[in-house]
Amino acid sequence: MAITSPANRLWWKEPIHRVELIWIVIAFLWGLAMFFTMVYWHAIGEQNLANTTYKITPAAFSAKAERMAEQYKVRDELGIPVVRPPPGGDVYLLGRIWMWWPILELEKGQSYRIHLSAMEYSHGFSLQPVNINIQVQPGYEHVFTMTPTDTGEFSILCNEYCGFGHHTMASPLYVVESGAARSPQE
Amino acid sequence: MSASQQFRVCPTTGLKVYSDAQSLIKANAVAAVIFLAIGGLFGLSVALTRWPDVHLLPMDWFYLALTAHGLDVLLCWIIFFEVAVLYFASAVLLNCRLASPRTAWVAFWLMIIGAVLTNITILQGDSTVMFTSYTPLKAAPNFYLGLIIFAVGALVACGVFFGTLVIAKDERTYEGSVPLVTFGALTAAIIAVFTLASGAIILVPTWLWSLGYISNIDPLMYKLVWWAMGHSSQQINVSAHVSIWYAVAAILLGAKPLSEKASRLAFLLYIFFLQLASAHHLLVEPGVGSEWKIFNTSYAMYLAVLGSMIHAMTVPGTIEAAQRRRGFNKGMFEWLRKAPWGNPAFSGVFMSLVMFGFLGGISGVVLGTEQINLIMHNTLYVPGHFHATVVTGTTLTFMAVTYLLIPLLFQREIMFPRLAKWQPYVFAIGAAGISLFMMGAGTLGVPRRHWDITFADAIFPYQIPSAGFLMMALNGISAVFAATGGIMYIVNVVASVFFGKRTADAPAKASAPEPVMARPVVAEYGSAGTMYIPGTIFLVGVFFVSFVLYYFVNWKYLAEVWPLR
Repeated sequence: MAITSPANRLWWKEPIHRVELIWIVIAFLWGLAMFFTMVYWHAIGEQNLANTTYKITPAAFSAKAERMAEQYKVRDELGIPVVRPPPGGDVYLLGRIWMWWPILELEKGQSYRIHLSAMEYSHGFSLQPVNINIQVQPGYEHVFTMTPTDTGEFSILCNEYCGFGHHTMASPLYVVESGAARSPQE
Repeated sequence: MSASQQFRVCPTTGLKVYSDAQSLIKANAVAAVIFLAIGGLFGLSVALTRWPDVHLLPMDWFYLALTAHGLDVLLCWIIFFEVAVLYFASAVLLNCRLASPRTAWVAFWLMIIGAVLTNITILQGDSTVMFTSYTPLKAAPNFYLGLIIFAVGALVACGVFFGTLVIAKDERTYEGSVPLVTFGALTAAIIAVFTLASGAIILVPTWLWSLGYISNIDPLMYKLVWWAMGHSSQQINVSAHVSIWYAVAAILLGAKPLSEKASRLAFLLYIFFLQLASAHHLLVEPGVGSEWKIFNTSYAMYLAVLGSMIHAMTVPGTIEAAQRRRGFNKGMFEWLRKAPWGNPAFSGVFMSLVMFGFLGGISGVVLGTEQINLIMHNTLYVPGHFHATVVTGTTLTFMAVTYLLIPLLFQREIMFPRLAKWQPYVFAIGAAGISLFMMGAGTLGVPRRHWDITFADAIFPYQIPSAGFLMMALNGISAVFAATGGIMYIVNVVASVFFGKRTADAPAKASAPEPVMARPVVAEYGSAGTMYIPGTIFLVGVFFVSFVLYYFVNWKYLAEVWPLR
């Protein structure tokens, strides 16, 4: 029994029965399949988060975001700049208590180099309802390329606990048709 | 050492039970149940707050309760119970005295002091940093100090366990190799040493940081090392509850492992590979490469998953083989239909086995796939997954085995047998509901650790899909079920332990109707003749097909989101 010492002292010499052995082999092969699916997706899949990361101070990152916001601002919403950076360009988005800054307006089908960082605490970039979730850390600038494939108004929530205002941390993200006119003031 | 030499012979098992070991198992088990009660109530209040129509707690209390819930159930309840399991699997199963009972009491009191200190610090309100306490969020110094003291206590308890194994070998209290259950407990203890050491490595500097002696704790380093404790401690649970599955099957049905070699190999794979799982929490993190993520998140090509998949066949297989041996041989499933479903130890263990595999295991592998994690990370899918592993897996198993421990160790009858009979079902339905509905909400993008998913206070509110609200209501109802099951358990355990009828020298009847320890079953393991287990093969087939389908369905969901490079 499992609660007594093995009756056969040389238990390691007992053969494993065929049924069990077949299952072990199947399970092992399935593990290999799952492992190589991840590797394979890097070759053929379109959803592979880049790991490019730079060390940066919150102040330096904030300065980059502000420069971009000044240059490409198209309007304000509730006092927060809405920024429409050029397609293919660098986009800076910072998480701070308790908002994502600035508000972004992107074009459908265009790729953007997104730079993500946090100011004081960790935040969770959670793009809804698309459901893309990326961790954002203070002191680290994470760079990856993202291509919106739908137009409309999306929301970036925070899904990492970041203090008592965490549940209010949500900002819009707009995606417009490629080449659509800029609307300076709505 | 004269006190530690006092023993009685258990009338049911014929094993020597030393009074020191018995008192220590009792003390740790009782402490565990108390923390389960406290942590469970915090959990219920969290679930009722997440139910938008109830929204029970104010904001600061919600986050406080969530912090305390994680600490009390994930750490205190489970580790205290595991220490009891370690002492049981060493001293009792090996027929041996416990090494240095005095040290074991020191361990016990260190754990109590640490747990109480951290709880008090949380309740003071300035340490609402969640159980994970990710830096740069800073808690009061005593929050970390309590955890460190608790970890040291648990580490000492593991030392007592190892010492007991040495004594048992020296004094030749058993023949040949240690029993499979002890081997599994040893697996748990080895993983525990890794886990608790990781905890110390990260929590000591973090404590000094909160005292002001260290200026900065890197948030990524913190997360990497903290999860070497946080996730690996869940692997202690897996090893412990799988051991208990084997133990309960043996005690109730006289079941023997199909193959000692295969089952021990599976535990060995846990020791080698389970600790890589810290990566599960870093899959969408900046600063770590994809090669590192893929290798570690898959436990080096899923070798630890292989261990669990072996147990997924061998545990139900031993039960089927034992039942067939007892004459339930008709068709594919008579062995299962005529299993002792009225015995809470059996029903709890079997439901735990099924739910841990189907809900917890499959969702865990999918969630831990590097790219798929993008569509699940930090949504409610994550707590959905780990409530399946930790609640329907570990907690339900620990509850089930309690019904055997009370008559065997406390020598008391279960006070309310009918309550005990229904308890695992009520609890399992609730816990399964919690897991499923949170996972459902997570796939709809509902964030975890979030006080108000209506975003009423947000300047740019987001409208969660209405199905998300339905899921959270169902989650609340399930939590009420689970809490009811939890209260049924705690009331019965406390009543039985303190006021139950003494079993004297008669074997326990109330919960374990007929322990059939001595009955000769499955003549030879490892030999072809005893391996007729068609029912298990069918169940394992269903499991495997579900696993493969669910895995690829999620790749399809991933393929539909915005391209990322």
